[in-house]
Amino acid sequence: MRHHLILRVVTKLLVGAIILFALYVQFHGDFSPGGGFQAGVIMAVAFIIYGVVFSLRQAQRVFPPWLVHKLLALGVLIYAFTGLVSMALGYEYLNYGAFTPHHPEHGQHWGILIVELGVGVTVTGVMVAIYYAFAARPPTISDKDW
Amino acid sequence: MLVMTALAIVRTRRLFATAMLSGVFSLLSAQLFVVLDAVDVAFTEAAVGAGISTVLMLGTLALTGRVEKRSTHSPFLPLLVVGMTGAVLIYGTLDMPNFGAADAPAQTHVSPDYLERSPHEIGVPNVVTAVLASYRGFDTLGETAVVFTAGIGVLFLISALRRRRETGDSGNDRKGA
Repeated sequence: MRHHLILRVVTKLLVGAIILFALYVQFHGDFSPGGGFQAGVIMAVAFIIYGVVFSLRQAQRVFPPWLVHKLLALGVLIYAFTGLVSMALGYEYLNYGAFTPHHPEHGQHWGILIVELGVGVTVTGVMVAIYYAFAARPPTISDKDW
Repeated sequence: MLVMTALAIVRTRRLFATAMLSGVFSLLSAQLFVVLDAVDVAFTEAAVGAGISTVLMLGTLALTGRVEKRSTHSPFLPLLVVGMTGAVLIYGTLDMPNFGAADAPAQTHVSPDYLERSPHEIGVPNVVTAVLASYRGFDTLGETAVVFTAGIGVLFLISALRRRRETGDSGNDRKGA
């Protein structure tokens, strides 16, 4: 894609906006449509489009594979540990009311925010990891054959 | 239009067109979800179905081939199976309440219950998020674990072998070169 100047310029402009939109969907998910799953996918799309238009190697310099693989597991751990923390505070597993006993609504809010963050991190990691796994293999069709 | 796109997917033999058309199909079904007022689902469908999976399909195409192989067996048995499954599914919908019926079980106690409880129990305006992350937190934890497992599976299937082969010469940093 080295010769597609327009694509490259537009991508450069868009990647930031896409990441911003992903963060909005992530942290505004309890007020508007969206949440961890959608935000994770949108975040992954930002890196994937970067990888498609520039090159896989440049995308991997921004977001190295080892970090992707750590994030994969980190998201699930964030989610599961939220449950353990609420258990340690003497409530049921994943009962977010535990975080602020006097005002359970706030605790719910925090819990949802943290849990959604875990979902988002895992989904981003998985999507980018799958893309890296596919794109890292040498293609059998040359660019002209499309 | 959904039906037309589906027919086009079946008819064409060029896999590039198939991948693109399935993206179109996802986008159309996302619009259908918007019409049904399921914005969260529509959002997911548009992002995953039309966005990521199209890219991944194209990535797979680059690894395999561009043209579908001509099938060698007769289409009658598959057609029969598909037709019968479709008929059974349609027969199953006959018992379901009409779309938007006020006396459907889902409308009589499940949804009102969540709608009444979530504002003062959770305090989050988006009830979908409240149900997804709080009332059904276990489900969502399971879903996240499923996504995680899927990612691990793909990694093992596609890239783990490759890395083992590469450790012989220069290690990981050649990945993607």
